[in-house]
Formats: sequence, structure tokens, C-alpha cells
Amino acid sequence: MKFGVVVFPGSNCDADCFYVLNNVLNCNTKYIWHKDTKLNDFDCIVLPGGFSYGDYLRTGAIARFSPVMSELFNFVKKGKFVIGICNGFQVLLESGILSGAMLRNKNLNFICKYVYIKVENKNTPFTKFCTKEILKIPIAHKDGNYYIDSQGLEELKENNQIIFRYSDKNGNISQDTNPNGSIYNIAGIINKEANVLGMMPHPERSSESILGSSDGILIFKSIIKWLSKR
Amino acid sequence: MINPKVYHSLGLKDDEYLRIKKILKRDPTITELAMFSVEWSEHCGYCSSKGWIKLFPKKGKIKTLLSEDAGGIILGNLAIVFKMESHNHPSQVEPKQGAATGVGGIIRDIFACGARPIALFDSLRFGNLENPHNRYIAKGVVSGISFYGNCVGIPTVGGDIYFDNCYNNNCLVNVMCIGIAERKNLMRAKATGKGNSIIYVGASTGRDGIGGCSILASDEFKEDDKKRPSVQIGDPFLEKCLIEATLEAISTGYIVGLKDMGAAGLTCSISEMAASGNSGIEVDISLIPKRESGMQAWEIMMSESQERMLLCIKKGKEKEIIDIFSKWDLNATVIGKVTDDGFVVIKDKDKIIAKIPAKELVNPPIYKRKYKEPDYLKKIKKVSIKKLPKIKDYNSILFKLISNPTVASKKWVYEQYDYMVGTNTVLVGSDAAVLRIKGTDKAIAATVDCNSTYCYLNPYIGAQIAVAESIRNLACVGADAVAITDCLNFGNPTKPDKFWQFKESVRGIISAAKFFKLPVVSGNVSFYNESPKGSIYPTPTIGMVGILDDVSLVVSQDFKNEGDYIILLGITKEEFGGSLFLKEIYSKLSKDVPTLNLKLEKKVVETVLCLIKNKLINSAHDCSEGGFLIALAECCISNDKPIGVILDNLDQGIDLTTFLFSESQSRFIISCSKENLKNVIKIIEKNNTPYRVLGKTFGERLIIYNKKEAINVDVNDLKKAWEESLPKYFE
Repeated sequence: MKFGVVVFPGSNCDADCFYVLNNVLNCNTKYIWHKDTKLNDFDCIVLPGGFSYGDYLRTGAIARFSPVMSELFNFVKKGKFVIGICNGFQVLLESGILSGAMLRNKNLNFICKYVYIKVENKNTPFTKFCTKEILKIPIAHKDGNYYIDSQGLEELKENNQIIFRYSDKNGNISQDTNPNGSIYNIAGIINKEANVLGMMPHPERSSESILGSSDGILIFKSIIKWLSKR
Repeated sequence: MINPKVYHSLGLKDDEYLRIKKILKRDPTITELAMFSVEWSEHCGYCSSKGWIKLFPKKGKIKTLLSEDAGGIILGNLAIVFKMESHNHPSQVEPKQGAATGVGGIIRDIFACGARPIALFDSLRFGNLENPHNRYIAKGVVSGISFYGNCVGIPTVGGDIYFDNCYNNNCLVNVMCIGIAERKNLMRAKATGKGNSIIYVGASTGRDGIGGCSILASDEFKEDDKKRPSVQIGDPFLEKCLIEATLEAISTGYIVGLKDMGAAGLTCSISEMAASGNSGIEVDISLIPKRESGMQAWEIMMSESQERMLLCIKKGKEKEIIDIFSKWDLNATVIGKVTDDGFVVIKDKDKIIAKIPAKELVNPPIYKRKYKEPDYLKKIKKVSIKKLPKIKDYNSILFKLISNPTVASKKWVYEQYDYMVGTNTVLVGSDAAVLRIKGTDKAIAATVDCNSTYCYLNPYIGAQIAVAESIRNLACVGADAVAITDCLNFGNPTKPDKFWQFKESVRGIISAAKFFKLPVVSGNVSFYNESPKGSIYPTPTIGMVGILDDVSLVVSQDFKNEGDYIILLGITKEEFGGSLFLKEIYSKLSKDVPTLNLKLEKKVVETVLCLIKNKLINSAHDCSEGGFLIALAECCISNDKPIGVILDNLDQGIDLTTFLFSESQSRFIISCSKENLKNVIKIIEKNNTPYRVLGKTFGERLIIYNKKEAINVDVNDLKKAWEESLPKYFE
């Protein structure tokens, strides 16, 4: 089982994702420079958070033209796994691998804080072995206000693609528990085939209890277990 | 013969011009004048301060590291490198970019040493928030730090913010950056080895920031708007790539030395690298990547365009280094070479346009400034608490103070900063920030501090207190203080009363640093923080780094459990000079700055560290602005779920107002479980530390009895007032 962490110019959570996979979970993990296109060896690729290309123009708008992205389409088609976190999620939206778009946060500011998310779909490779229903996990973004039109939202709901929603620590979901204004309190979605996950919160920042929470590691553990059972 | 108007406009004085002529034995060219003007500016040359700051202790209880760009400490195979720097005037003129480029500049100082930057701290001082212009400045500065720090991927984990009228026309933006290096990768800003190549990397040179150090930072404010073009524009994305490429290049072993281009740009990096390497450097400015055409040589040499570095590379290894920068889509161009004649030679193709001995260029005139105790100190009197109108309602005073912007929760600010990236952040929002060191059990703790009102009333004691409070802050989280960096913000040094404030503050830092065996490893001086409307209070900001040997022992300030005992360590006396209570409740300034007993301080700090190392206490917080009551309230409300207290065992020998609001130093509020109380007291008494067990945590109300009920408030209401105060000014 081999993990890859893509490095775009401006990625800044690449080393953090690498550390959790390689050092905390002892997985075989390699960095993938954004101009590399050999992805065959990998089972799961992480698009990390950060400010790829400075987020100039729009978040993720330039990174999606990186050479690695055209190869990522084939990777996804083969049914292999992709996790886009924060800026990685934004890149997945810009590239059309996941549907929807990101708007600026409702309060127009960057927000960095711990939130709670509720696992809405437990039957995915990313959540099947997640032993908790509500995760304490941090967000850190300025453009995390997820938007999709009403028809798109209905489709996401029908296909159980909404995987995480912002909630309180008891799992109650309301506007009060929505940190950025995202539609339907959406914090993370998957594609129809359930092999691509995009999420705004940072599981790699909540994978060790010394950092305040180890709930995020459950997502990585789930995909590892899924891959090893395959 | 050069028209005096020319060199005056560059900020040079007549005698300085004469000295330049003597050095060159001829009239200088315009480019040479420009180079001298920036290198000899107060900002770069430390002309007024050098004689004093060289007295700082450089050795302490742990091995230190002193370098051109920053200093630090040695920790096994690692070096912890840190420095603090100001970007006050640029931020006052253009808050967002001023603050952003302040962040960018200090980061470059750290990775120029070969260290990976791992944390940022900001010490901010703004004017009164009732004034919309001060709100504009504060909001802009916060957004600038957020814009730059978040994108560059270095967590902003701590800092402090004060609001005071003295900063109405001159805000302070002091940024500290901490980095970690493997000792083998440590770099110096030296150019050595005749024939080695000088490579320019990073952003192209533009016309931004020309005269930033000599014109903007080395004079008082007169007309703000005209100075706006002197402010640089930051590109954090470029800086992020520059960090990665530079650290990758250093790991090749082909870099001889390197320096960032900060204040005084190319002039500074070329001349200082040549001088510290006992070499000369010859460069051809026609090879420098430029943002626009038609730039004059003097503009190129003075430009403070951001995100640029100068590298000295082993001859023959240019391609390997250039390839690394190209991979990150960055400029990297050989612009010259190291020589052995000691001259900085600037050429435009074949034409020599400047030729100056490097050592003369970096040796600015040192001025022995006159000093005199300021007159205002004779007018300020001691205010006796007993003579003031009696307090009828302590509850409302508590609410008033807790929502004072200086005391209020800074959540609105720090939630705009990415304080977690890097996954080292173990603790924020307490007395000091704590970052683990991956691959070890250790952690770094750091804090920034300065109460400038104390310094205004007594700069010597005020500066000592800034050092002592930093030590205290570190002790609260369980860290032993090891080294200091500072950022000394003052008014016009040519005015004797302002220079007296500077001199006294430096003396205060030296005495406290020596007492606690703490070296001052790096720092920065910012003068001219004044306008015709007045000067700032003297603000010698202290940045301090401490070490925790075992990160799992970290302690935070908030009360944890119901039924824990609350103990006050230290001695409370009637000391209201510069206190928040007198200022906010009675609009008064009293002369009696709190005394600082260094021996007592040491004892109390050692006691707290010992208690934490023995895992005996659940929280620790020091008493600072607002005194005991505000510190207690913060312990109650800084947790997600606030906890109440009942204190019913007050010392009847102390007047209640004094007990609650005096700002006596060297005091901590700690809490411990019932089971540990006996052992806690045993250690406290063994260390001869004054203490009193005041009561217990209980319920959701903060209750204090003093014969009868003196205070009784709902901690949830208190938390709300504390958290909602700042956003109200900005949203």
C-alpha cells in the first residue's frame, strides 16, 4: 500500500500530511512533485492544503493545470483513491473531479479554529472504519463556503455524497454550527464512485492527541483498513 | 561637487558627507551616495544605539549562537534561531502591506541562517479604538499578518496587543520568527573565497520601498501620504517558494554564505556579506532581474523589493543551485563574484559606477546621544487608593475591565491566523505558546511582552518587568526561559528625554537578563516613533524563548476541574502605578510603578516550574494588567466551558481593592486537585515562597467573599463580555 502527497508550489500542508501517513501511521509515503506524472505505483493520493500558486485568480484555479492533474483523472478513473484537503478540495472542485464551488467565508475573514463535523455517510472507504460519529477537527481557510445549485445539492443527497457536515459536539446541525456559510453545512463530499474525498477540515492536524484531537486520524485509518482488506 | 540638497534628501548630514569624501578621497557618485545613505541610516546602522546595545549579555545558561541575521541557542544537534523586528512606520502608512512585509522580512532573516521557520509572534500596539482611523490601522495590520503568514505556511501562534492613546499616530508592529536548523546546515551571511559566484535569487527588483530604511524608518512622521511609495509590497507565495528553494539549496553544501535583502536591499546584502567575509564583491547590475525598464543604478541599489536573497556559491556549482531555484520557478542569476581587495564594486556592464571599501560602508558613524530625565516625570504624582472615591460595585468594574480591548479576548484576531499549520502547535491562547520539536520529547515555548505604561513611568523598572513577565509567562506553561530577543521602540533619539528612555530601558534589560542568566541573542531598534502630535511610550518589547524537556507536562492557564484548590503565589502590595484599574476606572496615572524583587521573582518561578515538573498542578497563570481579579477571571473563562470559583479565605490584612487590582509583580494563580494539595504546599513551603490558599473552583459563578460577598457574577456572562468586546469594534 503506497500513499502519495502532491506538492504544488505554495502547498503548505504537504509535510504535515506526509508526517501523519509516514511517521504516525508508518505507511509507505512519497512526495509527488506537481510536474510528475507517474502515479501508477500509488494506491491513494493526497492533495494537501495550502495556497497553491498563491491562490491567485481563484483558489485552486491554477494548480488544476499542473501536469499531475491530467494524470490524476486517469488515476481516479481506475478507481484509485484521492483525498483533497482544504486547498486540495478546492483544486478538485476547480478540476471538475468533484462538483460545486467555493465562495469566500460568510464573514469574509480567514478562519482558523476547531469545529465538529458529523459523519453523514458511514458506508464509504473514508468512513467505514471511522469509530466515531462526530469528529473534532480544525478548519483553516478563507474560501470554504461550499456552494452548489439546488439540483446539484439534490443529487449529492440522493447519492449519499455528502460525507461530513458541520455540527456541534453532540451532532446537532444548525446555522450556529456552520463556521463559513457553506450550503447545507457541507464540510466534505465524495464523488459518485466514492473513491474521491474532498473536505475543508484538516484531518492531518488532528491526528495526535498532543495537538488537541486525534479524531482526524480515523479518516486515514479507515482508508488504510479499506485498502488492506481489498 | 554634489549639491547638498541631494544628500540631504537622501537623509545624509553634512559631516557624514564629508566623511564619505574622505573615505573615497574624491566626490561620491550618486549611486555611492545612495548606498551610504541607506547603510548609514539609523535603521540599518544603529548609529545612536550601537554603543548601548553592545552591552547586552551574549552568554547565558545555555550555549548561544550569534549570527549576522539572527541569533539563537544550541539544543543538541539542533539550533533554535529567532529574532524580532519592527515594521512600525510602514504599517502606520499602509497597514496591510506594512504588516505583511514585516512578517516576510523577519522570516527571511531566519531561513537565511539555514533554519526552517516554524512559528511567528506579533507584538502589536494600536491607538484608542474609539477613533475610526485606529480601527482601520488595527484591522489592516491583522489582515496583513493573516494574508502573509497564512499563505507562507508558518503558524502565527502568539503575541500581544495593547491599545493606548500614545499609539494614536504611530502604531507598533513587531514580529518575531522562530526557526529550527540542524546544526550542520547553519549558515552565515558571509562571502568568502576569491572567484566564488554571487547569485541573486527571488523576486525581480522594482522601484518599491526606495528609501524605506533611510527616509521612512529614520525620521519622525510629518506628512504621511507622501511616504506611501516607500512601503514595499509583499508576495507570500513567492516567499514560500523562496524558503523551500533556499533550504534545498543549503542542503547541497554548495552555499558558502547567504543573506536576505531586507532594509537597504542589495546595498546591505552585498556590503555586509563582503565585510563579514573580509572580502570584496563585484557585481554587474545590468544582470539583475528588474521589474521595469529604465531603473537608475541608485534606484536598484536602494530598492527594498521583497522576497530576494543574495547567495555566495562555490565556483563551478552555479548550475546545481540555479536548477533548484528554476524548479521553483524563481529567478536565479549570477550577478558577480567574490574578490579579495575588500571593495564593493558596482558595475553597469563595463562601467564602474560605485567602488567603496566594504568595511567603511558597514561602519556607520556612531553618535553619542545626549540624555536627560524627561520633565513629565516630575509632574506625575503617586495616587493613594485610600483617597479615591470608594468602590460600591466590584461586579461592574470586573465587567468593565474584562471588556477593555487590551484585556479582552483576542480570539477575533488569532482566529484569522493559521496557528496550526506545521502540526507542532501544542498550546496557544495561554501565557506562552508551545510548539513540540518533532522527533524529540522536547518543546519550545515562547512569548512576547512589554507594558509600556510602566516604561513611561520608569523605563528601567519597566524593562526589567518586561523581562521578568516573559520568564513568568514561560513558567506558566512549564518552560524554563533560555534566551531573549528584543525590539526596542522609542521616539526621536536626538531628543535627550527620548534617548534617556532608551538608555534606561537598555540598562533595565541588561540587569534583568544578567540576573536570570539569559543572553540577548538578537534584536532590533526602532527610533523616531513619533509625530508632531507626540511620541509613543517607550516600548522595549521582549521576545523570549524557553524549553520544555517533556512536552507532555505542558500546563495551560484555564481551571480544569470542579473542586480544585486555588492558590495565589507571591506578595500583594499597594502598587497602582501604570495600572489598568487606575487608568480605566479613575483616568489616573500614578507614579508608583510596581517594584520588582528579582530574588523573589526567581524563587516563585522556580516553585511553579517545580510544581509542573512534578505533575502537581492543573493550571498556572500570572497576574499582569488588571491585577489578581482579571487573572482569576481569565482562569475561569479561557476554557471552552467556563468554571466558577468561590474564594472565601482572603488575607484580611490587605485592603480589598488593593488585593483585587494592584499590579504587584511575581504573582501566579495556580490550581490543583484535593489529592495533590498537601504535596503542592510542601514544595511551596520548602522553597520559602509566599502563598495563600484562597478557595476552590465551583459551579458557574465567580464569587469572592471578604467578610461579606464582594463579587458574584456568572462566568458565562463574563466570558461573553470578554469575547464580544473586540469584534464590536470591527464588525
